[in-house]
Amino acid sequence: MVLVDERERLKLFEQTVLPHLDAAYNLARWLAGNDHDAQDVAQEACLRAFKFFGGFRGENARAWLLTIVRNTFYNWLQKNRPTEIAGELGDEALAVEDVSVNAEALNLRLADAEAVRRAIAELPVEFREIIVLREMEGFSYKEIADLSDVPIGTVMSRLARARKQLQRRLAGEFKPGGQR
Amino acid sequence: MNCQQAKPLIEPYADGELDAGGILELEKHFHDCPACAIAWRNVQDLKKALKQDSLFFNAPMELRRRVKAELRSQVETKSRWDFRNWNWLTAATTSVAMACLALLLTVTLTRPSAQQRLTQEIVSSHVRSLMANHVLDVVSTDQHTVKPWFNGKLDFSPPVRDLAAQEFPLIGGRLDYLGARSVAALVFQRHKHIINLFIWPAKEQNSKPTSFMPIHGYNLIHWSEAEMTFWAVSDLNEKELMEFVQDFATGETVNPK
Repeated sequence: MVLVDERERLKLFEQTVLPHLDAAYNLARWLAGNDHDAQDVAQEACLRAFKFFGGFRGENARAWLLTIVRNTFYNWLQKNRPTEIAGELGDEALAVEDVSVNAEALNLRLADAEAVRRAIAELPVEFREIIVLREMEGFSYKEIADLSDVPIGTVMSRLARARKQLQRRLAGEFKPGGQR
Repeated sequence: MNCQQAKPLIEPYADGELDAGGILELEKHFHDCPACAIAWRNVQDLKKALKQDSLFFNAPMELRRRVKAELRSQVETKSRWDFRNWNWLTAATTSVAMACLALLLTVTLTRPSAQQRLTQEIVSSHVRSLMANHVLDVVSTDQHTVKPWFNGKLDFSPPVRDLAAQEFPLIGGRLDYLGARSVAALVFQRHKHIINLFIWPAKEQNSKPTSFMPIHGYNLIHWSEAEMTFWAVSDLNEKELMEFVQDFATGETVNPK
């Protein structure tokens, strides 16, 4: 009698989870860096989500789906681009830099969408992730901590460092290295 | 409030994460300190720039279509067999069939799948091993002691590897009972985290390590090789657990005489 069960399940899945496909693709696109890989990751994540749909407790479907996109992406990354995983070592290495907020008026190229896009794309993967989750998706620190499986303190310091790097890149301190 | 105290609050304030008291004090400080007010404005400007619509990638139509088609075809293949049965049943006795259907529907909808039951069982077993202080039957960091210990206790010989060099020292082993059979549990440690690795023989195809949805905060990774099935479970983060799994999979097996 899987018939009704499975079809009902799919219908429910299409109503609650699939509306967040844009968010899933956007996160995958920023993490993977190109359309082809992002589509692969987003599709696999959706299929996994359907498989695990029984475990979904109906709290926040978008956060739930993005957790799976994130996990799928890091598995994919490990398999396909293992060198890109900086992980905790990268975090520590980056912790040395000064992250205090800029207290002088910055003249950043913020209106130039293309420059902003490039600045984000050049961030390390954990920083791209947190910028998408905080600024594009508007998740709270607590939600990001749950979603990314890190303490809130790490969320805050990552976010501060990501912003600092963006400000520096957009101020033109960084040479726009490696055009893609 | 001075600048030293104000600075770490500026971003949480811009993100709407500061409590009412903090907001009040910080806003007072901004009034007295133009430098901190500018720092806040910088964060605000950046936040605004990052919210531009043109930075958001909408899912391409082809992806949407592919995902839907793939899900549909999965459901259809699963349903085909049942559909024949269902027809036969309705033809025979519609009302009884409908009643059965309703009953079965509620049962299957609330019943976890075999896989969910197994992963639940694995996590419970992991937690129990930590709670009852019954994590180890044989305490040894020596793989040559742990492996022979299983002889005569199990109808198979699990691969035992010490990963001390990879900073996952083996601390011992245990007999456990999962999915209605006796299984080997190898116990490893990373810092304060205990990793239980459950192993039993299974006639299934080799499969690459796959992470499962964490249950109650415990991460699970499953793989199979050489007709053995492996489940690693730990409160260790998913990345390190995957590292462990990969180290284990590439480690050398001990074959005692």
